[in-house]
Amino acid sequence: MKFVRLKEQLSHLLLPLSVLAVLIVINLIKGADYFSVKIINGALYGNIPNLLFGSSELVILAIGMTLVTASSRGQDISVGVVAAITSAVFVQVLLRSGDITWMTIFIGFLASCGVGILLGAFNGSLVSIFKVQPMIATLILFTAGRSISFMIDGKLSPVLANDLTSQLGGVMPGLPIQTPIILTAIFIALVALFLKTTNLRLYAETVGINEKAARLNGINPMKVQFLTFMLLGICCAVAGFIAVTKAGRHDSVNILKFIEMDAILAVAIGGNSLGGGKFSITGSIIGAYTIEMLSRTLLRLEVGTETIKAFKAVFIIILMVVASPVVREYLSRVKIRRGVGFLNGFGKKEA
Amino acid sequence: MSSLKAPKSKEAISNSNLLFIIASVIFALMYGFAILRYPESFLQFQTFFDLFSLNAPLIILTLGLSIVMIGGGIDISVGAVTGLVTMCCAVLLESKGGSIGGAMLLALGIGLAFGLLQGFLIAYLDIQPFIITLAGMFLANGLLTTIHKDPINVSHEGFVALRDFTIVIPFLGNSNRLGNFIPLEIKLGTVVALVLILLLVVLMKWSRFGRNLYAVGGNSQSALMLGINVRKTKFMSYLLCGALSGIAGFVYIMTTGAGNVGNAAGFEMKAIAASIIGGTMLTGGVGNLFGSPIGSLTLLTINELIRAAGVNSNFQAIVSGLLLYVFIVLQSVVVWMRGSGKFKIILPAWFKFNKSN
Repeated sequence: MKFVRLKEQLSHLLLPLSVLAVLIVINLIKGADYFSVKIINGALYGNIPNLLFGSSELVILAIGMTLVTASSRGQDISVGVVAAITSAVFVQVLLRSGDITWMTIFIGFLASCGVGILLGAFNGSLVSIFKVQPMIATLILFTAGRSISFMIDGKLSPVLANDLTSQLGGVMPGLPIQTPIILTAIFIALVALFLKTTNLRLYAETVGINEKAARLNGINPMKVQFLTFMLLGICCAVAGFIAVTKAGRHDSVNILKFIEMDAILAVAIGGNSLGGGKFSITGSIIGAYTIEMLSRTLLRLEVGTETIKAFKAVFIIILMVVASPVVREYLSRVKIRRGVGFLNGFGKKEA
Repeated sequence: MSSLKAPKSKEAISNSNLLFIIASVIFALMYGFAILRYPESFLQFQTFFDLFSLNAPLIILTLGLSIVMIGGGIDISVGAVTGLVTMCCAVLLESKGGSIGGAMLLALGIGLAFGLLQGFLIAYLDIQPFIITLAGMFLANGLLTTIHKDPINVSHEGFVALRDFTIVIPFLGNSNRLGNFIPLEIKLGTVVALVLILLLVVLMKWSRFGRNLYAVGGNSQSALMLGINVRKTKFMSYLLCGALSGIAGFVYIMTTGAGNVGNAAGFEMKAIAASIIGGTMLTGGVGNLFGSPIGSLTLLTINELIRAAGVNSNFQAIVSGLLLYVFIVLQSVVVWMRGSGKFKIILPAWFKFNKSN
């Protein structure tokens, strides 16, 4: 039984992993020093650490998005906006508390988590109680959120200028890795522990596959959906926290802009169905790193910044075509008829 | 959601029409409030038609999006495609061989090309519409910035004449503060939008394609069993939406007369919001195309009201969000009430009155 599950997961992960491999090969062709790492001021820098550093918010949001997608069969498009609001709250708590210590940072973080849970509950109540499509329900915050965060800020982009927050967004003394990477790793570990010790994974999958059957089996779909949205709220708060400490100032208009689209994309590239049901957090995490690596690879190949989006789009379309059910079915039929030799040729032509 | 839909009796009003009636009542209330609050400006026909003239592209986009949503899909590339079309038309008109006819064809061609690509991928390859149209949005955005980054002001003579052309209706005019009489002026975009509204309503209501699309959106499985070509119907809806984005792009540049990177940015979400307020449901199969322009006009009236009130512009977005919230909850409760008796919840008395409308 366990083996079947593992095999199933591997077949889902095949696509994102092979894409990641292709990207790494392209990078190595461009320059063989891709994996080289330098130590500057006691911390590791290089292509891979920078990749992990740059994609930390996206990874955290993709985890929450996977849970929501699985249980509610839809996507939350307000994640970037919610993160903007929670980080605005965080910055306000810090600035109003006078001197900044670890304690005030912790209190601010807790406050931002609280706001994240509240906003998640707002979205979750619409989805679970009023049965609104998640995308529509979150459209409300998407429309209003940046303005709310702007009003919390009061003035244009308050600045966080002190040692502690810049350590959180950069490097802590004595640690060789940038702090956001460590925070992301801790967060992933916590989520893994949470999913391992609770029934949430099973419940979320059940509700996503068939809500009525879940109800008949004694699972309260409302509760599960509500819970996943609140968890996404926490994810948003953490992502906002990392983003604002990285940037050192809170810019409501531009902080985590358009990240909701990337987060949904990460879920899809990770081999998860956007129609809910079974999910793989690992896939989403790999998907998030793939997206970040794609943009960085395009930059490395000296594609102009204005053209990057078009290349990204073409890449996504090719990926989705290869992964689409129709093409997969066709390929498996061809495989049976003609053997693997033809399949390889076809695959190359498609890609 | 579709399983919650009411079993309709013959006299019962359909969900589409019920939501449409709610949308129009709310629009009427909103506009009535605006007239009471600011009688000197909102009572003028000019103000009402200005809503149309300045926002014709948004109304056209909302129509296209509603069609796709009735078919059970979604298209978030519409705003980006519109922006791309404006820039391409501006570049073409500024080049040597530019002509208005050519620009029109180009606009329609770009829209159709996007519709063709997305429709094929979604309908025939079974890929999730959200992801494909997201990719379409990225593609259009990327192409837009690749083609030209700086704003272009079109100086093509024929085009400028077209841009400044207004239809004057003398008997609907108003006197201004100095007592001079100013006739009503309508931009060409308004006419295009109105014609499209009529054409598409007829198409959705009485053509085979329209009826098929409602069936596919309501339940594609049973539509398939009824012998409807589900894939082709879906494909056609995306194609139509693409073409409408192209037309909206041309109307946009006809209104503003300039190509700019920021043109029509964020229109996709505005159009989705307008569609929902107009009574189209994202689950598919429910919607009345007359509701789409009403939805966009409701949104625009609110923005005008807030602008007239002179408060902080941040409230504009917040109030739009609140309004959306009210609509979404209202819609969901209405559909619920009509559903099986399982989900009965206690409602205030005013709501029951509203339902009996």
